[in-house]
Amino acid sequence: MSSTLPLSAAELVEQFKSRKLKVKSVVSDIFGHIKASEPKLNSFTALTEELAYQAADKMDAAYDKGDALPSPLAGVPISIKDNINIRGQKTTCCSAMLKDFVAPFDATVTQKVLAAGMVPVGKTNLDEFAMGSSTETSIFGTSRNPWDLARVPGGSSGGAAASVAAHQAFLALGSDTGGSIRQPAAYCGIVGIKPTYGRVSRFGLVAFASSLDQIGPLTKTVKDAALLLETICGHDVQDSTSADMPVPQFSAALGQDIKGMKIAIPKELSGDAISAPIAESLENAITFYKSQGAIVEWVSIESLKYAVPTYYIIAPAEASANLARFDGVRYGNRDRSSATLQAMIADSRGKGFGDEVKRRIVIGTYVLSSGYYDAYYLKAQKVRQLIKKDFMNLFQTYSAILMPTTPHPAFKVGEKINDPWSMYLEDISTIPANMAGLPALSVPSGVTNGLPIGLQIIGKPFDEATVLNLGHHLETQFNFHHRIPTGIQDLLK
Amino acid sequence: MTQFEPVIGIEVHAQLKTNTKLFCRCSTQFGGEPNAHTCPRCLGMPGALPVLNQTAVEFAIKAGLALNCDIQHKSVFARKNYFYPDLPKGYQISQFELPICLNGHLDIELPDGSTKRIGITRIHMEEDAGKLVHQGAEAIAGSTHSFVDLNRAGVPLIEIVSEPDIRSAEEARIYMETLQLILRYVGVCDGNLEEGSLRADANVSLRPVGTTPFGTRTETKNINSFRSLERAINSEITRQTALILSGGKVIQQTRNYHDNTQTTTVLRDKEDSHDYRYFPDPDLLPLLVSQTQIDAVKTTLPELPNAQRKRYMEQLGLSEFEAMVLVQDIPMNHYFTAVLDQNPQIDKTELAKWLVGDINAALKEANKGFDNCPIQIAHTASLLTLLTTGKISGKMAKAFIPDMIQTQKSPDDLLAASGGGQIDNSDDLGPIIDQILTQNPDVAEKIKAGKTQSANFLMGQVMKATGGRAKPDLVIDLILKKVTG
Ligand SMILES: [Zn+2]
Repeated sequence: MSSTLPLSAAELVEQFKSRKLKVKSVVSDIFGHIKASEPKLNSFTALTEELAYQAADKMDAAYDKGDALPSPLAGVPISIKDNINIRGQKTTCCSAMLKDFVAPFDATVTQKVLAAGMVPVGKTNLDEFAMGSSTETSIFGTSRNPWDLARVPGGSSGGAAASVAAHQAFLALGSDTGGSIRQPAAYCGIVGIKPTYGRVSRFGLVAFASSLDQIGPLTKTVKDAALLLETICGHDVQDSTSADMPVPQFSAALGQDIKGMKIAIPKELSGDAISAPIAESLENAITFYKSQGAIVEWVSIESLKYAVPTYYIIAPAEASANLARFDGVRYGNRDRSSATLQAMIADSRGKGFGDEVKRRIVIGTYVLSSGYYDAYYLKAQKVRQLIKKDFMNLFQTYSAILMPTTPHPAFKVGEKINDPWSMYLEDISTIPANMAGLPALSVPSGVTNGLPIGLQIIGKPFDEATVLNLGHHLETQFNFHHRIPTGIQDLLK
Repeated sequence: MTQFEPVIGIEVHAQLKTNTKLFCRCSTQFGGEPNAHTCPRCLGMPGALPVLNQTAVEFAIKAGLALNCDIQHKSVFARKNYFYPDLPKGYQISQFELPICLNGHLDIELPDGSTKRIGITRIHMEEDAGKLVHQGAEAIAGSTHSFVDLNRAGVPLIEIVSEPDIRSAEEARIYMETLQLILRYVGVCDGNLEEGSLRADANVSLRPVGTTPFGTRTETKNINSFRSLERAINSEITRQTALILSGGKVIQQTRNYHDNTQTTTVLRDKEDSHDYRYFPDPDLLPLLVSQTQIDAVKTTLPELPNAQRKRYMEQLGLSEFEAMVLVQDIPMNHYFTAVLDQNPQIDKTELAKWLVGDINAALKEANKGFDNCPIQIAHTASLLTLLTTGKISGKMAKAFIPDMIQTQKSPDDLLAASGGGQIDNSDDLGPIIDQILTQNPDVAEKIKAGKTQSANFLMGQVMKATGGRAKPDLVIDLILKKVTG
C-alpha cells in the first residue's frame, strides 16, 4: 500500500499543490487501505465513497487549474463520527434505535468541512449515543486500538481516533461530552481537541448532554488540529449556544515562544491517582516546558474531586430529555406489536436502546424527579459553578493547566464493561474541562509497553491558540505522527 | 344553611400572532395539509436545535405591558418532560420558574358600572403541541389508528395566569372578554376562541362566605366560547355545592367540560398528574431583555381600550354607546382614527354617529366590513363635510352611502348627478311651498287649526318635488310661517 497515507494533512496538501499526488489517487488508496484494515479495526459504520470521489474530482480540478482553493485542507480525506449528520447518509449513533435513520440535513460542521473541500470517507463508530469510553456499547461491535487489537481505542469517539491513528483518514471529526475526543486520542496516540463550549456549532450533532457537548478535531498533528479547528469554528445562528467570538488563525500561532509562560499542574491528578508511566510522562513534559523557559508550578484544585459525580448527574439529566424524542412515532425503531400508544413508545424505546443508554436515562430521570431535583440536579449545577470558579481563579495567574489525559493507557476489550463505575472513573481528568466549558487538547507524550499515552493541556475560554501552541511544542519531542501502529504494520509500510 | 362563595382563577392560553413558529421558521398559518408546516426543528429530528423567534418575545412583552406586568430582565426556558405522540421532542419548551412577565393586573367593568381589579400572577411563553386525528372513533379509545399532524407543534403561545380574584362565572366571562379585547388591541393575538387561538381553563373552588382559606380546587378544560366559560363555571359551582352539602369532599382534579350536556366530568385525578421534571433547557441561553428593549416595545403600544373609550367620550364628545361600539370593533375604530388623522377639522361626533350607524349598516347589508372598506377615507370625510356645511341633508347622505359602497363614487359626484345640493334658502323654496299649499288646501286648514304634525305630510311633498334636496327644518319653518303667518 502507498506510503503516502501516513503523511499529515498539511504534508498531504503540499503534495497536492505540487501535483505529485492527485486527490483521487489518495482517495482510492485510502479506500483500499480501509477495506483491508476494517476487519481488524472496525473503525467505520459506513463508507461514503460516492461523496468522496465527487469531492476528489472537484478538488483535483481546482489543484490542476491552480484555482483559489477553498481551504488549506482542500482534498484531505476526513472521517465523521456517526452522531454528526451528513444529509442523505445514515446517522445511526450506533444504536438500534436509529440504525436505519437517514439524516435530512447537514450538520453545520459537515457543511463547513464540505465547503472547505475536504473529502468525507465515512462515518465512524462510537459508543451508543456517545455514552461510553470504549466503543463497546456500539451495535456495530467494538472498534479496536490500532496499537494493540486486543484493546479498546477509547471512546466514545473510538472509531474516529482509530481511523486517524491507523491512517484510514487524515482527519476526523469527533464529539466530546466528558472526554470523548481526548481520551481516545490519548489511547490511540493522536491529537484531539475539545474546543471551548460554544466555539463550534452543535447544529446537526445528535445531542447527548447539550451543555457539555462540543464537536472537535482528531488529527495526526497539532498543526492539522489547528487547521481543522479554524475551518469548523465560528458563530452559527442555528445553535443558540454558539458563541459570537472572532476566530483567530490558530495555525499561525504555532511555534511562538513560551518563555515566561506560567503553567499549572494540579496535584490531585498526579502521583498515586495515575499510573507510573503516565506520571513519568508528566514529569518529562514538566522538564521539557521548563527547558523552554516556561514557569511550571504545582497547584491544588479542590473541586476536581467532585467533577465525576457531578458530571454523572448533569449529563444523564440532560440526556434523559435529549433522548426522549426517540419514541418510534416519527422515525427510528418502532415496536409494531404494542397494543396501546404508551406501550408503543415504551416498547420502541425498550428495544431500541442498549443497557448503558437505559442506565443513564434512568439516572437522569431520577435526578430530575420532584423531590430529588434540589438534592441532585440543582446541587450538581452549584458544584459545576464552583469548578468553573476554581479554574477561572487559576487562570488569573496561569496561562494553561497541564495534566494527564487519562490515568492509564488503553484497557483491554471486555475489561471494564461490566464495571461501569471504574469505566466512569477513567474520565476523571477529562470531565473537568467539559464542566467548565474550557478548551482542552490531548497530545501524544510517549509510549509504555507499546501503548501510546497522552497529556492534556487546558486553557482559558476561547484561548485555543495557547493550548495548541503548547501542544505543538510538546509534540516536537515525540514526532509520533508518521508511525505505523503495531496492530496494522502488516498492512501499511 | 351555609352560603358558599366561589373562588375562581383563569389560565388563558393565547396564540401569538407571529408569522412563524417559536423555535423554527415554519408558518403558523391555521389549516394547511397535515404536516405541511414542519421542518427538522419542529419535528424533533436528531441534531436539530431551537432558535428563539424574537417577534414572539416582543409580542409577549407587549401583552405583559398591556396587562401592567413587570417585564423580567431575565427569564428562562425550561423543558417540560412527558411522552405523547403530538409532542415531537418528548418535552415541551416552556417557561417555568422564571417567566417573562410577573405581577400584572387587569381592570374589568362589572354590569353595575363598578370596576374590579383582577391580578395577573404571571405570563410565560411556551410552544404548542401538535394534534392527533383518530380514525374510526372520536377519541383514541375504540379507534383503529391515529394520525399525527404537527402543523401546530411549535406555534408560540403565552399562558396568562390570573390570581384567584374572580368571584362569579359572569366576572370570569367579563375578564375573558376584556382580556380578549386587549390582546387584539395590542395586536398579539387573534383572540379566536372557536379556532383555539385563545383557550381558557378555569380553576374553581368554594369556601363558606366570610372565610379566608381556599377550598380544594378543580381545573376545568375544554372551554371554547365565552358562553361555555360561564356555563362550565356555573356547572362546577353547582356540582361542588351539592357535593359539599351532601357531606362529600371536593377532590383536586382536572375536569372536562361538555357543552352539549353543560356538565363536567373527571379527566384525571391529582395522583395521575405527571411529574414533568422541569429543568432549564440547555439548548437555549437565558432570555435577557434590556430596559431599552422594553421601552422600545412600550412606544409601539397603542392606547388601550378603557383609556381610549374614556378619551372618546371626554375629549371627542362621543356618546357612551358610540365610544363603546368603536372600541370593541377594531377595524371600525381604525377607520375612524384614519378619517380623523387625515381630516382633523371634521365633526367627530357626527363622524362617529355615521360610522356606527348608517355606514356600518350599509356595509353589513353589502356583506362588507371596515377592513378593506370600499369607501375611501377621503369620501367619508367629504360626505361629513357636505352634511355639516348643510350642502346635503341626512336623508341625501343616507341615500348616497350604498352608492358609495357599490360604485365607489365620491359624494361630490353623486351630488352633481342628483342635480345639485341642498336647497336651503327661502327664495328658492318659497314658490315650491306655495304651489304645494295651493294643491293641498285641506291640509293647510288642519295646520291652521293647530295640527302642526300635518306639516310633515306637506314636507314629504316638498321633498318629492325637490328630489329630497330641500333643507327639512327650513321647509317646516316656511310652511308654518306661510299657513299661520
Ligand atoms: Zn418547523
